[in-house]
Amino acid sequence: MIRAALAALAGHWRRHPVQLLTLVVGVALATGLWTGVQAINAQARLSYAEAAATIDRDGLPRLEGELGLADFARLRREGYLVTPLVERRLPGTGLRVLGLDPFTAPPGAASAALGDAETLGAFLAGEAVLAAPGTVDRLPAGLEGRPVEGIAPGVVVADVAAALRILGTDRLDALLVARPPRPDLPPLAGAVPGARLVEPTGENGVARLTDSFHLNLTAFGLLAFAVGLFIVHAAIGLAFEQRRPLFRTLRALGVPLRVLAGCLAGELVLFTLLGGGLGVVLGYAVAAALLPGVAATLSGLYGAGVGGALTLAPAWWLSGFAMAGIGLVAAGGGSLLRLARMPVLAPAMPRAWARASAATTARQAAGGAALLLVGAALAIWGDGLAAGFALLGALLLGAALLLPAALALLLALGARLARAPVAQWVWADARQQVPGLSLALMALMLALAANIGVGTMVGSFRATFTGWLDQRLAAELYVTARDADQADRIRAWLEGGRADAVLPIVSAEATLEGAPGEVFGITDDATYRLHWPLLDAAPDAWDRLAAGEGAMVNEQLARREGLWTGDRADLGRGGPREILGVYSDYGNPRPQAYLGRTAFAAAFPEVETTRFALRVDPGAAPALADALAGAFDLPGEGVLDQGSVKRFSLGVFERTFAVTGALNALTLGVAAFALWASLTTLAGMRLPQVAPLWALGLTRRRIALLDFGRALALAALTAVLAVPVGVALAWALLAVVNVLAFGWRLPLRVFPLEWAALGLWAMLAAGLAALFPALRLWRMPPAALVKVFSHER
Amino acid sequence: MRDRGLALLAALLLAAPAATAQGFAGLGQGGDGFALPREGTALRFPADHGAHPAYRIEWWYLTAVLDGADGRTYGVQWTLFRSALRPEEGGTPGPQVWMGHMGLTTPDAHHSGERLARGDVGQAGAVAQPFEAWIDDWRMAGGDLARLDLAAREGGVGYDLALAAEGPLVLHGRDGFSVKSPAGQASYYYSQPFYRVEGTLHLEGGDVAVTGDGWLDREWSSEPLAADQTGWDWFSLHLGDGHKLMAFRLRGAEDFTYASWIEPGGETTAHYGALALEPLATTEVAGRAVPTRWRLRLPPEGVDLTVEAVNPRSWQDTLFPYWEGPVTATGSHDARGYLEMTGYE
Repeated sequence: MIRAALAALAGHWRRHPVQLLTLVVGVALATGLWTGVQAINAQARLSYAEAAATIDRDGLPRLEGELGLADFARLRREGYLVTPLVERRLPGTGLRVLGLDPFTAPPGAASAALGDAETLGAFLAGEAVLAAPGTVDRLPAGLEGRPVEGIAPGVVVADVAAALRILGTDRLDALLVARPPRPDLPPLAGAVPGARLVEPTGENGVARLTDSFHLNLTAFGLLAFAVGLFIVHAAIGLAFEQRRPLFRTLRALGVPLRVLAGCLAGELVLFTLLGGGLGVVLGYAVAAALLPGVAATLSGLYGAGVGGALTLAPAWWLSGFAMAGIGLVAAGGGSLLRLARMPVLAPAMPRAWARASAATTARQAAGGAALLLVGAALAIWGDGLAAGFALLGALLLGAALLLPAALALLLALGARLARAPVAQWVWADARQQVPGLSLALMALMLALAANIGVGTMVGSFRATFTGWLDQRLAAELYVTARDADQADRIRAWLEGGRADAVLPIVSAEATLEGAPGEVFGITDDATYRLHWPLLDAAPDAWDRLAAGEGAMVNEQLARREGLWTGDRADLGRGGPREILGVYSDYGNPRPQAYLGRTAFAAAFPEVETTRFALRVDPGAAPALADALAGAFDLPGEGVLDQGSVKRFSLGVFERTFAVTGALNALTLGVAAFALWASLTTLAGMRLPQVAPLWALGLTRRRIALLDFGRALALAALTAVLAVPVGVALAWALLAVVNVLAFGWRLPLRVFPLEWAALGLWAMLAAGLAALFPALRLWRMPPAALVKVFSHER
Repeated sequence: MRDRGLALLAALLLAAPAATAQGFAGLGQGGDGFALPREGTALRFPADHGAHPAYRIEWWYLTAVLDGADGRTYGVQWTLFRSALRPEEGGTPGPQVWMGHMGLTTPDAHHSGERLARGDVGQAGAVAQPFEAWIDDWRMAGGDLARLDLAAREGGVGYDLALAAEGPLVLHGRDGFSVKSPAGQASYYYSQPFYRVEGTLHLEGGDVAVTGDGWLDREWSSEPLAADQTGWDWFSLHLGDGHKLMAFRLRGAEDFTYASWIEPGGETTAHYGALALEPLATTEVAGRAVPTRWRLRLPPEGVDLTVEAVNPRSWQDTLFPYWEGPVTATGSHDARGYLEMTGYE
């Protein structure tokens, strides 16, 4: 009996292969997008875990001063768990040598490579150094490099003793405090005369950017999955309604409800395996195609490599199957429930699904409104990341449920304006079609909203990041001298025609409006006037700042203290100062302020100038950097060639755009597919509505064109409605999810031109989807239309 | 989270020392240019208290079983391992790696700590005269081995102990040449089992004054174990009548046992193959079944003991983990001491 029931159920799919295709492809696409995003994230995280940076030194306090290996050993013997670090440019090579002690250094890519006696012996003996595979070839003669994945490009990792020999010095750059000292030990700062303890600033905006990037990718994967789910829901719901007579017949023939339900549940499991399996393969393909871009992005942002090769982690492909299963249960569970409640001899209503009543639309709208209210409540009172994601879910689902009602309302308004009979029919017919198309249109709207949301998010991200780079990296080179003496010599050397401008940078720790932060003094220069991303500024702000008046403060300080241009702020010394402008200082959690050079010198007379920003011809920057490092024996971090860093970072961002673009196109494709499937199904069902028009004298061509136009109009209306949803989504991602996850918000920037372009893409997608049903109608033999009347029920 | 590289490094170090190793397989390889122990070589003191960089592996291993002023029994371990990555070349030692382990056992807790260090800057080392062995601020030092100060601390837990030897040094095997397998793998091995210990334990709940018995093992070699030997059980016992007993079993295709029966005056009898060990009960520690109650028999000396762990969960949670803790024994004698077990998976 089970076999007969199965055969009967399978018969439906044999007769409706397109529906079967819709279902499987829908599940596969949804799972594929989800899995692809998961795979990318998992790969990136795996790489962080394995490689992190070459050495994880961010966030560790450093002891700086005249320090050698003997100081290292002495401090260790006194109980301070420090680890030595030397990092310098290797003159003439463009490489940096990073010397570390493999036994006490924080774990990193290098320590994983030193696990065998031969390598460790060669490393300690100074016979071998470690470098990224691409860097090994660039090593100068005399250095034997072993390739190690995960070391930053251009960095040569050597044993600290070997590094000192290679660099021809016996001076360490720092002793990192690997673990906090025991409480019974005297403070470390006083343990070496002349040395100073530099606490980590906690400023690691770039790393947090990376986390934000991952979080947003995850959200994007979820959105893609939701879109796919609508397709699956549509296909399964349709299949169920179409098979109602079959269920009735089977039940009447004596198939127990349990067996029938079991068969349908088995069908769902089969679809999960089939669609999920295809989806995981697809996800792998998506991830493999996009990973290089993501890897480049993250290595640019984070400085650490993400392996270019994808590994098959069980976590993500299992999650793909799980999502496919959850999706199918969500989509098919309702159908099963209805089956369970259906009387044995329920009347068959094959078109009930397509003709969802006005009451259903109203119920959906009420549900949607309720969800939006929940979303609003979450936005206001929600706490934690789960609440953030719940907000996203409520927002999307609520908007989707409201869509049919909104469309019906717009179409009703349109119908009122229509005078001619055909026009009135077109409007009315469009309204009549909305319920049948609603699931596909919801999918389209979600896809468009996701596109707008993610596009806005990435765009805002990019704009903010660019601003941040411009602010921080306006000059071509940054030089940090060891002390004021050396700074004077460097300045004299540079001002002998080697640099166009030498801008001193001075800064001091200070208490800004009661919170610890930093105050800078800057020299008036076009570099700042042209590049600084000011959120707000008083007239002549730069002139007044140069004259020693007032201060510029960062956004964090301004927002936290509720201050703005024109207000006065206490910046630690020199009394309250007028705020001349507010600049964005992305990723920095601490308050910060800039004073004019003279005002700074008056407030902080003890601060010596040891840092300079250099303006030079960008092409000459690398050579000057080498020359500087060579002439003054500066540590590797002492000279930063920011021009190339910036170009590289921005290039990376363009690649990120390519990644986002590809994901957007895929989602839109999924939605177009859903629309096509629905329109094709409806086209067969609505012949009884079309035939009378044809009989009244409208040509098939005209009716087909009207159908086509109506599909475009519905897509256009959906696109228009998707804009506010997409902006709300972007806002939720940037201002709620990001804030909940990381404690700061990205400013929202809108890109209306992109929306317009997206609208055109939506029309194109809808046009393609409607083309074939319309063509079929156009070419339909009149006999088929006549038959409608003979079959009149 | 443990770092994989460091774990490999520890495995490398521990692939050698018979004292703690579980992955002994690596030792089946030849000496590769390292010096090998030779029978009939007389040990020279105090020079041999210091490091022997020509040999691949070496350790300074001190254990003490202690009575607290609070009436509880405690155990303390202090170990310094040395491993040469390469043999000497033209009289210059190859790169050396040092590793320190500490353990502090109470009846209901076990604290362990671990340090790694390079050998070329003075962060860790061992010199014979005046004697000092150290890694970071963990230190075992005295003018010679007759009196030692011992200190180690990890987090808030540690100890400061003073040790005084009340007997002579003891040479194991044949005058300190200690065979470790039927195939003849061997090490140099001597001990100072006669320490009286007093000092202070630093515990989370506060300091505890302690007194008790200490035992120092010194061993070095380049290839101490056979390829098929997978782990060992090692006992050092202070008997109530003043005797000391060192006994071990190396588990392999064929078990290899050895015991040193040490008279109160220090005279030592070596027993090859006479030791019988029988696990009586196991404890599930860190996912492995480890024997924590034993029957130990050495018939030639009339020894038949039931040995029981003070704390069955004396697990050294180091990069390369093993069981090491204080024990008490009853039977033919009342005794207490230390037990170390490796290679239980």
